[in-house]
Amino acid sequence: MFKYLKQLTSLVAMVAVLFTFTTESMAAKKSKTLKNTQKKGFVRCGVSQGLPGFSNADAAGNWTGIDVDVCRAVAAAVLGDANKVKFTPLSAKERFTALTSGEIDILSRNTTWTLSRDADIGLTFVGVNFYDGQGFMVRKSSGITSTSQFKDGISACTNIGTTTELNMRDFFNSKGIKYEPVAFEKADEVVAAYDAGRCDTYTTDKSGLAAQRTKMSNPDEHIVLPETVSKEPLGPVVRQGDSVWEDIVRWSLNTMIEAEEYGITSANADMMKTSDNPAIKRLVGAEGELGAAFGLDNDWSLRIIKQVGNYGESYKRNIADTGILPDRGPNELWTKGGILYVPPAR
Amino acid sequence: MNFKLKDIVPQLITVTVVVLVFGFFTYNAQINMENRGIDFGYGFLSQESSFDVQFSLIEYDGSHSYFRAYLVGLLNTILVSVIGIIIATILGVIVGVARLSPNYLINKFAAFYVEFFRNIPLLLQIFFWYFAALRALPLPQDAEAIFGVFFLTIKGLYVPAFIWQNFSVFFNSIVAAIIAIIVIRIYAKRVQENQGKQIPVFLISIGLIFILPLLSFLIGGVGISFEVPVLKQLATTSFIYEGGVSLPPELIALTLSLSLYTATFIAECVRAGIQGVGKGQKEAAASIGLTPNQVLKLVIMPQALRIIIPPTTNQYLNLTKNSSLAAAIAYPDLVLVFAGTALMQTGKAIEIVSITMFTYLTLSISISLLMNWYNKKIAIQEK
Repeated sequence: MFKYLKQLTSLVAMVAVLFTFTTESMAAKKSKTLKNTQKKGFVRCGVSQGLPGFSNADAAGNWTGIDVDVCRAVAAAVLGDANKVKFTPLSAKERFTALTSGEIDILSRNTTWTLSRDADIGLTFVGVNFYDGQGFMVRKSSGITSTSQFKDGISACTNIGTTTELNMRDFFNSKGIKYEPVAFEKADEVVAAYDAGRCDTYTTDKSGLAAQRTKMSNPDEHIVLPETVSKEPLGPVVRQGDSVWEDIVRWSLNTMIEAEEYGITSANADMMKTSDNPAIKRLVGAEGELGAAFGLDNDWSLRIIKQVGNYGESYKRNIADTGILPDRGPNELWTKGGILYVPPAR
Repeated sequence: MNFKLKDIVPQLITVTVVVLVFGFFTYNAQINMENRGIDFGYGFLSQESSFDVQFSLIEYDGSHSYFRAYLVGLLNTILVSVIGIIIATILGVIVGVARLSPNYLINKFAAFYVEFFRNIPLLLQIFFWYFAALRALPLPQDAEAIFGVFFLTIKGLYVPAFIWQNFSVFFNSIVAAIIAIIVIRIYAKRVQENQGKQIPVFLISIGLIFILPLLSFLIGGVGISFEVPVLKQLATTSFIYEGGVSLPPELIALTLSLSLYTATFIAECVRAGIQGVGKGQKEAAASIGLTPNQVLKLVIMPQALRIIIPPTTNQYLNLTKNSSLAAAIAYPDLVLVFAGTALMQTGKAIEIVSITMFTYLTLSISISLLMNWYNKKIAIQEK
C-alpha cells in the first residue's frame, strides 16, 4: 500500500507541475512579441526554401533577398543589428502554421495577400514589398508566344498550397481549356520536372518564374509569356493579435520605401540629419519622437536605412543586379511611374 | 479489501494522467486558437474546393467540395497501396523462393536484389525512379509504340481503352464461373472425404474461368473494341496522346518504387517461412507417397504461411503508410491533396491533420484485421 502511496504522491506532484505550467503560459501569452524578441536577442523570420532575389541562402548559409531584407530591417529597428535574425526556411504548405503556432514572428516569404488569408486564418498582412502577377513559362522551341496558343491537354507544373493552383484553374476554366495540373510540394522538384519535359508549361508568380529560370539547365531555352493572369501582391505577414508588433513590421517596410522616395541611402543617411526637409529629418531620427509609439528609441529608422538600405538599394542588390528582373515595372516608386506608395512617416 | 485497492489504484492513476494530459493540450490549443482568431470546425468540408487534381478515380474538379477532394486523395492512396501490395507480394514470393534455389545464378541474383533495394532509403528510390526515369523516357513525339498500341513517354504510359458492348453479360459470366468453381471445390472435398476419390479441381476451374466468358463472346453478344491513343500536337515541339487511358508517370514511379522496396522484405519473410518448416516434415510427407506438388501444397505451405503472414502484415502496413511519400513527386494522394493543398487553402490545420491521421489509422487497422482473420484461419486448429 505504501508503495502506491509513493506513486500517488509523485503523481500529485506531476499534476501540480502541469498546472503551474498552464498558468505560466497564460501569463507569457499576455506579453508582446516585441518583448520576447528583445529577450531572445534575435528576430524569428520565416522565409522560402530558396527563391533567388527574394530569400535564398548561399553556400555559407547567408540569407539574401528582398524578403530577407524586411526581416533584417525589423532586426535593425528592434535589436539594433540587422544580422540578428534567425531564418527558418518553410515550404508553402508549412508557412502559415509556423506563424500561427508561434514558431516564427514574421513570415516574409513571397506570400500573396488575399482576403481569405487575411481574415480567416489568424494572420495579418502588413504591406506589400513586391507587386507580382502569375505568369507562364514555356520552352522557346514550342513556338508558343502567348497563352492564347494553349490547347486542350496541356500539362502545367506548379507548387501545391499556393494561390497559383487556384488562379490556374480560374484561368484555364475561363478559356475553356482542359489541362493537367501537376503539383509538387517543393519548388525545386517543380523546376526539375518541368526542365525534364514532364510539363508543357510552368506557372507561378512571374518573379518566381524569372528567378527559377536561372536554375534551369539551360535558361535561354525558356521564355516567360507576356500575359499576367492574376494580381499577386506579395508582402510580410504577422500573427493576428499583436498590433504593436504588426506596426513595427509595417513601418520598417514603409521606412525602406519612403527613404528611397526622399533619396536617403545607406551611404548618405547620417548626412541627411542636417537636411532642411522635415520629412527627411523625421526618417533619420533627427526630429520628432516616432519610435516612442512602438516602444523603440528614435534611431530605429536610421538604423534600418544604414544597415539594410532603402527599398531601391535592396531591389538593385537582390533582384536587378542578379539579372532576375532588371526592370522594376510596377515596383517602381509612384513618383517614377510605379505603384509603390506608402503612407507618410510622421 | 487491501488487495483490491492495489489492483485498482494504478489503473485509476493511469487513466487520470492520460485524461489530464489530453485535457491540458486541448485546453491550451483552444485558448491559443481563440487568441489568434482561428475557428475550429469541420464545416469547411462542404465548401467548394476551387482547385483541380491531376488524377482522380471519381469525377472531380474545383467546383466540388473539400470532402470530395478528400475522397479523391483517399482513393488514390488506396489505389497505389493495393497495386503496390499485389506487385510486392508476387515479386516477394518469387524472390523469396529464388533465394532458396539450388541454382547459383538465381540464388545470388535474388540475394543481390534484396540487399540492394532494402538498404537504400525509400524516398531516394522514389526520386530515382521519378526523375531518372523521367529524363530517360522519350517525349511523346519520339515514343516508339510497344505492340503498336502502348506508348511509354515522359508524360505517362498511354494504353488503349477497352470499349465494351454488353459488358454486364461478360461480368455475369465471370461471376457464374467463380460460383461454379466454389461449388465444385466443396463437392470435390466431400467426395474425397467420403470415397477417397480425387477430382482434378484445378483443371476444371481453369476450364470454367475461360470457357464461360468465351461463351459470352460467342453467344452472349459481348463485343470488345479498342480505342488506341493518337498523337496530338499542342505546339511546335509539344505533343500529347489523346484517347485511350493514360497512367501518369507519378503513379508508375510510386508503385514501382514502393513494390520494389517492400518486395525485398516480403521475400525475406517468405524465405524465413519456408526454412522454418522442418526438413523431416518434407521427408515424412514424401515417405507416405505424396507427390512433390502435394508435399508443397498440403504439408510445407500450410506450415510456412503461419510464419510468413504476421511479418508480411507489417510490410503491407508499411507500404500503405509509405505511400504518403507521394507528395514528393506530385502523385495526388491523401497527403498531397488533403493534408497539402486543402490544408493550405483553408488553414484548418488541426481539423485536416486529425482527419488524415484518423484515415491512415482506419486504413491500417482494416489491413491488420483482414490479415489477422486470415492468420487465424490458417493457424493450427487442434482437434
